[in-house]
Amino acid sequence: MSNKINLTINGMVYEIEPGKTILEAAQDVGIIIPTLCYHKDLCVAGNCRVCLVEVVGQKRLAASCATPCHENMEVLTNTLKVRNSRKHIIELLLSEHNADCTKCYKNGNCELQELAAEYKIMSQDLIDLVPLKNYTIDMFSPSIIKDDSRCIRCQRCVRTCAELQGVNALTVAYKGDKMKISTFFENSMNDVVCTNCGQCVNHCPTGALIEKNYIEEVWEAISDPEKHVVVQTAPAVRVGLGEELGFEAGTRVTGKMVSALKNLGFDSVLDTDFTADLTILEEGTELLTRLKRTLVDKDESVQLPMATSCSPGWIKYIEHMYPEYLEHLSTCKSPQQMFGALVKTYYAKSRKLNPANIVSVSIMPCTAKKFESNRPEMHDSGYRDVDFVLTTRELAIMVKQAGIDFMKLQDKKFDRLMGESSGAAVLFGATGGVMEAALRTAYEIVTGREVPFKNLEITPVRGMEGIREASIKIENPLKAWSFLDGVELKCAIAHGLVNAKTLMEAIKAKKADYHFIEFMACPGGCLGGGGQPIPTSPEIREKRSKAIYDEDDAMAIRKSHENPEILKIYKDFLGEPLGEKSHHLLHTKYVERNRY
Amino acid sequence: MSTSYNLKRADFIFRNENDWEKILIRTIKRDKQELINELISSELKGRGGAGFPTGLKWKLASEASSDQKYVICNADEGEPGTFKDREILTKVPFKVLTAMGICGFITGATKAFIYLRGEYKFLKTDLEKAIDEFEYYCKEIDFDFKIEIFMGSGAYICGEETALMESMEGKRGEPRNKPPFPTHKGYMEKSTIINNVETLAHTFTIFKHGAKKFYDLGVQFSRGTKLFSVSGDTPKPGIYELELGMSLQDFVDEFGDGDTKAVQVGGASGFLVPRKRFNETAIGFKGKLSGISLPTGGSMMLFNSTRSMFNVLDNYLEFFREESCGQCTPCRVGCQQLLIGIKAVKQGAKPANYLDKLLKLTETMQYTAKCGLGQSVANSFSSIVENFREEMIY
Repeated sequence: MSNKINLTINGMVYEIEPGKTILEAAQDVGIIIPTLCYHKDLCVAGNCRVCLVEVVGQKRLAASCATPCHENMEVLTNTLKVRNSRKHIIELLLSEHNADCTKCYKNGNCELQELAAEYKIMSQDLIDLVPLKNYTIDMFSPSIIKDDSRCIRCQRCVRTCAELQGVNALTVAYKGDKMKISTFFENSMNDVVCTNCGQCVNHCPTGALIEKNYIEEVWEAISDPEKHVVVQTAPAVRVGLGEELGFEAGTRVTGKMVSALKNLGFDSVLDTDFTADLTILEEGTELLTRLKRTLVDKDESVQLPMATSCSPGWIKYIEHMYPEYLEHLSTCKSPQQMFGALVKTYYAKSRKLNPANIVSVSIMPCTAKKFESNRPEMHDSGYRDVDFVLTTRELAIMVKQAGIDFMKLQDKKFDRLMGESSGAAVLFGATGGVMEAALRTAYEIVTGREVPFKNLEITPVRGMEGIREASIKIENPLKAWSFLDGVELKCAIAHGLVNAKTLMEAIKAKKADYHFIEFMACPGGCLGGGGQPIPTSPEIREKRSKAIYDEDDAMAIRKSHENPEILKIYKDFLGEPLGEKSHHLLHTKYVERNRY
Repeated sequence: MSTSYNLKRADFIFRNENDWEKILIRTIKRDKQELINELISSELKGRGGAGFPTGLKWKLASEASSDQKYVICNADEGEPGTFKDREILTKVPFKVLTAMGICGFITGATKAFIYLRGEYKFLKTDLEKAIDEFEYYCKEIDFDFKIEIFMGSGAYICGEETALMESMEGKRGEPRNKPPFPTHKGYMEKSTIINNVETLAHTFTIFKHGAKKFYDLGVQFSRGTKLFSVSGDTPKPGIYELELGMSLQDFVDEFGDGDTKAVQVGGASGFLVPRKRFNETAIGFKGKLSGISLPTGGSMMLFNSTRSMFNVLDNYLEFFREESCGQCTPCRVGCQQLLIGIKAVKQGAKPANYLDKLLKLTETMQYTAKCGLGQSVANSFSSIVENFREEMIY
């Protein structure tokens, strides 16, 4: 179809694809129009009015993000009227905004600040409205801080919570001058149906929604000679961190990250990937056990499909929204929490350390992990299993504070004992990754053969589609698994809670006969997590995803059950998957939460 | 009483006519295109205030392809100083219902709504009875048409057509981006005709008496009659049906108390006209030939010399600050700035020339706000500040 339309921008005629907005068309031809409420992940709102342009023949200016192009349209993006109006609008936003930028967590990474700098808003004629408002800061959530005084009412968070997550924790309340972004009954984020996923944080252009940071606490622990500070890093961090420190999106910085962590002064730099491998062994065994109890023992109390439990945003979501399905969740803790429980038991014992003196820190692409580590269930080691959770962004801040020139760092390797991992574990960072890792191991346990995919790449579970399905037929299994002969193992994958909701509704309506489902709260999986570098977009997530798969491909060990440290921990400490020790340290239970 | 004034009273809307059944059945037997042409030739423009040509709107909706179409009667009468729609729905509801039916016949809509202002809840029971009777008759003549009342909840912005539809869909009453326009994608993303109560009542007149009768009234660009809600410093407040195009001087001669200092035409979102401009101001839609002409949804507020124009403006701005939906920057923050800005000037906290900066701000609001609310705050602000500057400062 080549029925292109003619569009004139600033006097130059362009042929453009029909159906585009003025903003998209301008971007395509290299003309930058500033935006605030616009976000590639979200529907168009057209409420900030920063992207205004002049359409010849119209008296009023048009919001370019919300105005479709039509044949022979003539657009001017840089007239006096446009510039003055835009400046005026930025001034208006600033007059309502707590603009003490030097005291803001987002100083240097704020879209409003950038615009103010670009338009050189040097003085403020308008009256400062901030003292007239009763702005509040909500600090009660262990994951997210909501500071209304920094909000510009672009509603990106509202659209994120509704469109990407289907949670609707954040909504618009009141009208006129009192209009604000609020929650159910204006309760704290901690007391409403919020999954702590942090997508609102990731999509907020200013400092109105930020993660609760624990940087100072971690510095203090590192500086304490009495403390042995252990750090673990999640798979998705190594493909995101670079963006905060000068690299292109999608750059793998695993070695540099390890090097930086050692420079920061952590006593031991370990890998969450280790417990990701462990999760595969535990969760894979759990799945096979459930299948056996269903197919052989005809045990009707066993719930299928089994759902993954790595994503704490997803866990809190199901606890709130579908508590009657908690039995479907794998009882496995997330890799972070398995790691925490082992650090203060297995690791302490092996290294002859007093667990009371161990501080366990984790670097996560996630804000919900902060909540998870704070759950009362997560004390199975006898101590708080994970003491502090930092996001990818917080780690980048620490690296900068420490004066480390990240680009120049030499690659280093993780320390041993809980530092070895497989390519399968890295996959946990991408949507479909847990499924792929689990299939690589489970299929081999059952049949004694590798999964029938070239280079172990189970492509049907890869990709960015919101909900994906795959099935794998089991033929000629080993004797112990003969009951699975001919069984078609049906799997599904959902990422972004709005897709999780769709899948759960299908299960509820008994229209889904899967055996195993991977749920991830965030779009793209952990690589698009709420703790990852800002900005995010489908393109950026695509690049991070490629990096994850490259990382897997580059690993010597590609299957969780071949990780020698995993074999060792079962031999020396745990015994066997789903054994007594595992049950005590690596598995958990869930709680029913209110829907309001 | 002087006889020189040029004020022509009319009596169409409230004329007691019990022939709606006859008009309905007669009209829906006619050719649709012919009906649209008749409406276009009447040059009726929307009576809610914006003045969009009604015939064109119906034509666009009739041409739109949509599996379901809707007709909505906008009875969210919220403009300060307007109270005519309430009277229409009380006195002659069947004219409005019949007009909705005809509109449905022409455009292909089988489902209609009356969006009734929350404060007009007391009208609901009687209106429902009328709808029952109307639907019963429709059934009798085998005309498939249903009308439902949807209650508003008190937000001024929900009178804006797209905010109204959002609110009907159960969402926050916030105006949408346009395009698409409602005739193309309206309520539930379906082609929707939305007309003011009075506009619909006029179409009844047109289909009953013919377009020519309507067209012959009023002046060029402003044909027909209009209901005016007269309030303020007047010995005879009330609702009057007058031909469009009269001069404001004639209006004041008829309704003023002899000491009229200014008239606010079109409610809080309209313009203030000072005494010295009464003669040159005509009440009607802007045409290519006329001088100053001011459209109005019907609100005419008269102020005499005891009134402080600062207080009047202060009152309007307080209204807008609260009634802005709050979504777009220029309207939400602009209204706050204007209100505290004029207070600051009055109190001496800002110099007098700060008013000029505020005038610039209203200009930006006019260019940049998402909907008519934010765009029209400039009307009252600039007309009051420019004409009564000294009252703003001292």
